[in-house]
Amino acid sequence: MLNRRRFLMSTAAAGAAGFVATHLTPAFAQDAPQIQIFVPAAPGGGWDQTGRTIDQVLRSEKLISGSQITNVGGAGGTVGLPQFISQWKGKGNSLMVAGMVMVGAIIANKSANNLSEVTPIARLTGEFEALVVPADSPFKTAGDFVAALKADPTKVPVAGGSAGGSDHILFGLIAKTVGVPATNLSYVPFAGGGEALSALLGNQVAAGISGFGEFSEQIKAGALRLLAISADKRQDGIDAPTMKEAGIDVELFNWRGVFAPPGVSDADKAAMVTMIETMAKSDAWATECKNRNWTPILLTGDDYAKFLADDTARITAILKDLGLA
Amino acid sequence: METLSHLGHGFSVAFSPMNLLWCLVGTTLGTAIGVLPGLGPALTIALLLPITYQVAPEASFILFAGIYYGAMYGGSTTSILLNTPGESATIVTALEGNRMARSGRGGAALATSAIGSFVAGTIGTLGVAFLAPVVVKFALAFGPAEYFSLMVLAFITVSAVLGSSSVRGLTSLFIGFVIGMIGVDLQTGQPRFTFGMNELLDGVDVIIAAVGLFAVGETLYMASRRYAGKDEIVPLKGSLYMTAAEWGRSWKPWLRGALIGFPIGAMPAGGAEIPTFLSYAIEKKLSKHKEEFGTVGAIEGVAGPEAANNASAAGVLVPMLTLGLPTSATAAIMLSAFQSYGINPGPLLLTTQADLVWGLIASLFIANVILVILNLPLIGLWVRLLKIPAPQLYAGILVFATVGTYGISQSPIDLIILYLLGAAGFLMRRFDFPTAPVIIGMILGPLAETQFRRAMTISNGDWSVFYTHKLSLVLLILAFIGLAGPHIWAFIEHRRRRGPEHVPGDA
Repeated sequence: MLNRRRFLMSTAAAGAAGFVATHLTPAFAQDAPQIQIFVPAAPGGGWDQTGRTIDQVLRSEKLISGSQITNVGGAGGTVGLPQFISQWKGKGNSLMVAGMVMVGAIIANKSANNLSEVTPIARLTGEFEALVVPADSPFKTAGDFVAALKADPTKVPVAGGSAGGSDHILFGLIAKTVGVPATNLSYVPFAGGGEALSALLGNQVAAGISGFGEFSEQIKAGALRLLAISADKRQDGIDAPTMKEAGIDVELFNWRGVFAPPGVSDADKAAMVTMIETMAKSDAWATECKNRNWTPILLTGDDYAKFLADDTARITAILKDLGLA
Repeated sequence: METLSHLGHGFSVAFSPMNLLWCLVGTTLGTAIGVLPGLGPALTIALLLPITYQVAPEASFILFAGIYYGAMYGGSTTSILLNTPGESATIVTALEGNRMARSGRGGAALATSAIGSFVAGTIGTLGVAFLAPVVVKFALAFGPAEYFSLMVLAFITVSAVLGSSSVRGLTSLFIGFVIGMIGVDLQTGQPRFTFGMNELLDGVDVIIAAVGLFAVGETLYMASRRYAGKDEIVPLKGSLYMTAAEWGRSWKPWLRGALIGFPIGAMPAGGAEIPTFLSYAIEKKLSKHKEEFGTVGAIEGVAGPEAANNASAAGVLVPMLTLGLPTSATAAIMLSAFQSYGINPGPLLLTTQADLVWGLIASLFIANVILVILNLPLIGLWVRLLKIPAPQLYAGILVFATVGTYGISQSPIDLIILYLLGAAGFLMRRFDFPTAPVIIGMILGPLAETQFRRAMTISNGDWSVFYTHKLSLVLLILAFIGLAGPHIWAFIEHRRRRGPEHVPGDA
C-alpha cells in the first residue's frame, strides 16, 4: 500500500543541528546551506534510502545545515518527475534522486516528460545484478544457462522484478548478446525481490536475475548458486565471474544519481556538483555504500549527461525488443 | 529446548527498562496510526528509519515491532465504529463489527477484536518462535499454481459475503475485478484502464475504495433518508464488554482464525486479507446465529477475521526472520532498517544475530500484553463516539474519510476517486447491491490473475500444472467440495427422504 505517497518531512535532528550551527558558529552557518531533496518514490525504497543517506552524510560532513525531504511516489517516478519539472523549476538548492528504473519507466509508461528536461548533477551509486539458480539446479555455470536458453528459451523461466525494470532489461540484453530473440523469453515478473526470491528457493523457476544485494545472503548460505554478475570487473569477496568473463558481453549497473531542476544557474549547478563530489569522496559515504551494497560509480556534470543519453538509447532499444516500448 | 533458552535470553534483552519503554512507545504509536486511515505501519516505520542512526538495533526493532502489532490492533477500531477501515486487513471486520456497533454492541465488538488479537497474536508469535523452520518449508512449496488454486478456494468461500442474491453479489464482484485491473499490468508492464493519467498507473488503493464504498456511500445513504426513518445507531446496550454468551461465541473463532491466519501470513504471497475472507466465510458457515450476519451483526464475524489478521501479521515475520524474505511492505522496510546497521538479513540471521532476533520475538509477546492492556480501557472511550447524534457523527465520518484519504497521497485525484466510489456505494446501497464483494474482487482478482499468468508462463502454457502439483490439486478438490458439497449433500438427503415414496411401480 506504499504507492503514491507524498510526505514532507523536515528532519528534527536537522533542525536541531541548524539551530546549534546558527547560534554557535555564525560564520559556518553561512557556508552550510539548507537544501531540498525530492524523492519521486514512497518512503522506504531504494531512492528514498539514497535521498536520506545523502541528507545524513551531507549533514555529518557539515556541507549542509539541514534538508527537507519530499516524497512523491508512483509509477517508477513518472508521477513525481512532472512535478519536479514544473513546480521546482529554477530552485538552485534542490536535488531529485532518480535512476535507471526511471529511464525505463518513462519509456514504458510513455511519459510526457523525461530526464533530458532536468539538470544532471551526479551519478552516485550502482548495484550490479546477479544471475542465480537454485542450489540443486542442473546449471553449474553461466555457459550451461546460455546453452539451455539457446536450445529453447521457453523452457527456461527466469524470475525477476517488474516487467520493463532493470532485471528484465538485463535478461533482454543477455538474450540479445547470445542471439536469442527477446520475444521468446519466458520472464516471470514479481512485484518485489522477496517474492522472486521465494520462487527461486521453492524451485518454481529455472533462474533469477536481480540486484546482487537481494541474493547475497542466500548465496552465502548455499541456497542459491551465483553464475555471473553484471559488474564491469571481478568484485572482492564474490566468487563468480562477470558476465563478460563468462562469455556474455553485457555490463549493467542499476544506477542511481541526483538531478537539479530545470533552469538553475550555472553557478548553482557548479556549486551543487562540487558539494556532491565532496560528499561522495568522504569516508562516511564510503561506509554507507559498503553497508548497503552500493557500488560507488561517481560521474558528474557533462560526463553524466552523456552517460544518461547513451543509457537511455540502450534501454529504449532493448525495451522495443522486449515489446514494451 | 534450545528454543526455550534462546527465548529466555530474548526476554532478558526485551525486559531491560529502556527496551520496555521503546515497546510502549511503539505500541502506543502503532495503535494511533492504526486508527487513522491512510497512515499505515509501513509508512510510519519508513519515516522513523533515521532513528536507526541514533539507537541500538534491539531498541529500534522493538519499536518497529510494537508499531507493527499496534497498527493491527488499532485498525479494527474505526472499522467497527465508523465503518471506515484503516488497514486493508480490517475491511472484513467492518462487515459485522459496524452492524454490531449500530445495534448497541460496539463495546463487545471492540473487546472481541482486542482479546482475539491478543490470543491470535500470542499464538502467532509462539508459531514464529517454535515452528518457523517447518512453516517456512511449507510456505515455500507454494508456487504460482498453488496460489492460483488457493485463490479459487477463496473465490468459492467468498459466496458467503455475496448477500441474498447471487446475481447482485456477482455483479459487485465483477465491478471489483474491473477496478482492480486499473494500473500497470505487472506481467507486461502495460497500463490498463488508466485513460492516460499517470496518477492511475499504480491502481486504485484498496483502502480508498473501501472507505469510499463503505463510509462515504453509507453517509450519503443516511443523508438521503434522514427524515424517512429514525436514527439507526443505538449507543450501548447491555454490558460494555462481552457477556458470557459472547465469550462463548468468540473463543472458537479466535482459535480458528489464528490457525488460518498464521500459515497464510507466512506464505510469501499470502497476505493478510485472504485469511480474513476465509475466516469470515468459515465462521458464517459454522455459526449457530446465521440470522445475525448482515443484520444486527454476529460476533463470530468479528472475532474470527480479527484473529486471522493478527496471526497473519505474526506469520509475515517467519520468512523475514528465517530467510530474510520481505513479504509485506512493512517487512521490506524493517529489512532495510537491518541494512542501516550493516546487518544483512538472510538465512544466517538467526545464528549471526541471535540476540537481536530473540529479543525481537520476546518483545512481540510483551507488545501483545501491553496492547491488550492499552486497548481494553480505551473501549469505554471509543463507544462514546456512538452517542454523537447521527448528523454530526456522519459529518465527522465524512471529514475523517476525506482527511485520511488526502493523507495517503496528498493527491486530489484520490479524493475524486473517493467521492466517485462514494456515489457508487450510495447507488449500490439504494438498489440493494452488496458493496463488500467489490473490495474482495479488487483484492482477489488481480492476485488470481497474476498467479495464473505466472503459472502459465513457467509451465509454458501447460494447464496440467494445476492438477499435477499435489498441493494445488488438494486445494482444488477442497474448492470443489465447497462448491458442490452442499448441493450433493442436499441431493442425497432429498433422495433418502423421498426415495421410498417414489419408487416406480411401487403402488
